[in-house]
Amino acid sequence: MKHYEILDAKTREKLCFLDKVEPHATIAEIKNLFTKTHPQWYPARQSLRLDPKGKSLKDEDVLQKLPVGTTATLYFRDLGAQISWVTVFLTEYAGPLFIYLLFYFRVPFIYGHKYDFTSSRHTVVHLACICHSFHYIKRLLETLFVHRFSHGTMPLRNIFKNCTYYWGFAAWMAYYINHPLYTPPTYGAQQVKLALAIFVICQLGNFSIHMALRDLRPAGSKTRKIPYPTKNPFTWLFLLVSCPNYTYEVGSWIGFAIMTQCLPVALFSLVGFTQMTIWAKGKHRSYLKEFRDYPPLRMPIIPFLL
Amino acid sequence: MGRLTEAAAAGSGSRAAGWAGSPPTLLPLSPTSPRCAATMASSDEDGTNGGASEAGEDREAPGERRRLGVLATAWLTFYDIAMTAGWLVLAIAMVRFYMEKGTHRGLYKSIQKTLKFFQTFALLEIVHCLIGIVPTSVIVTGVQVSSRIFMVWLITHSIKPIQNEESVVLFLVAWTVTEITRYSFYTFSLLDHLPYFIKWASPTMPECCYRRYNFFIILYPVGVAGELLTIYAALPHVKKTGMFSIRLPNKYNVSFDYYYFLLITMASYIPLFPQLYFHMLRQRRKVLHGEVIVEKDD
Repeated sequence: MKHYEILDAKTREKLCFLDKVEPHATIAEIKNLFTKTHPQWYPARQSLRLDPKGKSLKDEDVLQKLPVGTTATLYFRDLGAQISWVTVFLTEYAGPLFIYLLFYFRVPFIYGHKYDFTSSRHTVVHLACICHSFHYIKRLLETLFVHRFSHGTMPLRNIFKNCTYYWGFAAWMAYYINHPLYTPPTYGAQQVKLALAIFVICQLGNFSIHMALRDLRPAGSKTRKIPYPTKNPFTWLFLLVSCPNYTYEVGSWIGFAIMTQCLPVALFSLVGFTQMTIWAKGKHRSYLKEFRDYPPLRMPIIPFLL
Repeated sequence: MGRLTEAAAAGSGSRAAGWAGSPPTLLPLSPTSPRCAATMASSDEDGTNGGASEAGEDREAPGERRRLGVLATAWLTFYDIAMTAGWLVLAIAMVRFYMEKGTHRGLYKSIQKTLKFFQTFALLEIVHCLIGIVPTSVIVTGVQVSSRIFMVWLITHSIKPIQNEESVVLFLVAWTVTEITRYSFYTFSLLDHLPYFIKWASPTMPECCYRRYNFFIILYPVGVAGELLTIYAALPHVKKTGMFSIRLPNKYNVSFDYYYFLLITMASYIPLFPQLYFHMLRQRRKVLHGEVIVEKDD
């Protein structure tokens, strides 16, 4: 039986003293006990660590295995208000879906009054609406039924940041594509067909990767394994890249940009690519750190290059 | 909570306004102590946008700086001296013009080449951060320098009718005093820890610190006012000529209206200026009065 005291990591103030804690107890249970005395700090916003400047302990860590004496000191840091990943994803994806349609149907006060509720005469504009809507519906469904998240929550302020990004860009793109003065692509139907093919292939690819990643991790677990190609040809990109889901995502947006020949779409693709490259590099680095036998041929996001 | 110990203060770092900087090695020393140089430089935090780049850049203390190569030190010293000299030349030219002509009309035209040269040269500071010889965030420096480049090239250079506005002189004065203070401060910081440097430089360091952390109180709002008034004066002309704008329809299905862009830029000063200003005030209290302010962790 051990005793645990929880101190504030910044002020070293004694916040809580827990005596007679079971050695097999986990950090998650400590967090629950701590919430009882400080109800404003629910478990998701607690960061407990052995060193005030050290890394956060994981919920699954067993107390017995921690390197401490008879009375252990845990340092607490408030992570701020938290919001669940699922909530954030649903909100940030539902926005663009809805907003794009407002522009597509030329709802009043966006374009001149004579254009209210009119329809574009260009086929590519209708195609673009289908593609854009499909993309975000796919994302919403994946959030609900496919993805398995390692963290339950993220800081609340992220939802404002993320929604501004997604909703803002969606409105900006949709404004031009659905504008009465929209100019269709220079190379006409050929360009649209090619771009549409790229878009569809990349959407299928992206979905295949999400399914493959899901199958790597059993329901309710937080295990991490090296992903490998499966029978699905779209997953063969795993041979060359650590995060093919991002590769396919960039591909989809490039396809959409070529299809609509709209500069704001190209800019959105560029910004997205930059962010996803940062994420891919981080993920790649963690894979390398965690697994000794990580395939050396793989690059983070672009085969052989990046 | 009262005063914190040095260790705790050093550990908590200072993240006001989201600007990252090196954690302050705080010490309650008086500004006259020779080690003031160490505190000043290290406690500096990045900041600014428009306005005087008073909030300035962050340099590490001599004691805790990573080993900077001889080449890098030599280059930075040359750069800081050159920039100090350049802005001094600008200041002198402005004073002389006013003394000879008695008016500010034509002042911008007479100094524009020098201004453009030295302000554009400052783009190098982004490179300094990128290659790591200056421990400041690339993004912060990028924002600072970009806002200056914006004012010089996209406003005063491009919109000729506003070149004789009084507001132009306002921000030019603010910028000049700021830059001379800032670059001389950096020059002395660098020279101060060359082992064979002459002792006479050290006593001037606290003077530089003092100037730097007090001048901004006036200079920063003055600079911001000058910039905002200048952009405001430029608006009618931009609207009339439709300059720097793209209209629909066009091949790339995009549009840009410089007039609205300027309006948004002006609006962005509202959230940014107070943050940076109060941040510099906090830095000043810390550095000049040895107070420790516990900042909310992000």
